[in-house]
Amino acid sequence: MNLSSLVIPVLLAGVAVYGLGKRVDVYAALTHGAEEGLSVLLRIVPALVGLLTAVSMFRASGAMEWLSGLFAPALELLGIPPETAPLILVRPVSGNGALAVASDLMAAHGPDSYVGRVAAVMLGSTETTFYTIAVYFGSAGITKTRHTVPAALAADLTGFAAAALAVRLFFGS
Amino acid sequence: MEMAWVWTGMVTLSLVFGLLSGNLDAVANAALEGARSAIELSLAMAGVLCLWSGVMEIMNACGLSAGLARLFRPLLRRLLPNACKDPETLAAVSANVSANLLGLGNAATPLGIRAARKMARGCGGVASDELCLLVVLNTASIQLIPATIASVRAAAGCETPFDILPAVWLASVLSVAAGLTAARLLSHGGRRV
Repeated sequence: MNLSSLVIPVLLAGVAVYGLGKRVDVYAALTHGAEEGLSVLLRIVPALVGLLTAVSMFRASGAMEWLSGLFAPALELLGIPPETAPLILVRPVSGNGALAVASDLMAAHGPDSYVGRVAAVMLGSTETTFYTIAVYFGSAGITKTRHTVPAALAADLTGFAAAALAVRLFFGS
Repeated sequence: MEMAWVWTGMVTLSLVFGLLSGNLDAVANAALEGARSAIELSLAMAGVLCLWSGVMEIMNACGLSAGLARLFRPLLRRLLPNACKDPETLAAVSANVSANLLGLGNAATPLGIRAARKMARGCGGVASDELCLLVVLNTASIQLIPATIASVRAAAGCETPFDILPAVWLASVLSVAAGLTAARLLSHGGRRV
């Protein structure tokens, strides 16, 4: 039995029992949350149509391979699989773009392959850095961001290398 | 606007590469295939994504995020000592962190912005060390249950989409630690923030 087979039912039942114990209408909360999930999805569908079109053209033309090859020496130095180069490039700029590239990588290599897993972990452990910085400083009226961008990019780069490291650690390569 | 450049660049490069390598047929097919697979992916993701959004909402309604927020207060007081002297800022920052942890991005951003606005007051458009730290914290988010990623994996035919959780947690912790360390080192070359 896989551990995650235990996690899901236990989490579902546990959260429901705990919520009911606190007299929370857990079913109403569940459906309300699901509705919110649906509206999130509705918002990303148009972007996915545009981006997956571009990503799949990019792969078919051979440009994806060329781009990965371009960054391969630097990435291999950090222990990062070069196939994830397009994901690393798009991740700080566009959340939906990263989602499209990661799903393309999972489709091409398989979700349980080394590259597929690294892509998933990269997606989960980093953020849309430039978008976040723009939103926060934009609304706070900050024009001099000082060391925020280099520090945030250091976090991203560490996240990418750590994603590859963590997958090797937990699953082997 | 930057996405317009990225998109145009990708499509144009695909055309050029397709012409040079002579597999323009494949590129043309891929364009149509990509658009079709976007809808397939969305449909395949929908169930898992909605289910976990629902579970997060239950956790939120049970006061779990408020509890998490309380848990993080001592840590945040040490990370952002000046900002956290103001109880309202402390409340907003800790709620921001706990919403990020639960993957409630829609809730996290307005809370973080509220804190950032208070922290930016009276500093003439220059980010303070602590404000830089808050933003870095938000660009390197830690998520307990990355539901979107699990749903993409499920859509790709993975039978155990949540088995990457420990790897995600480890990578997130390392990335946040690197961000905080870099922010600390870069602020006036190592002076205490």
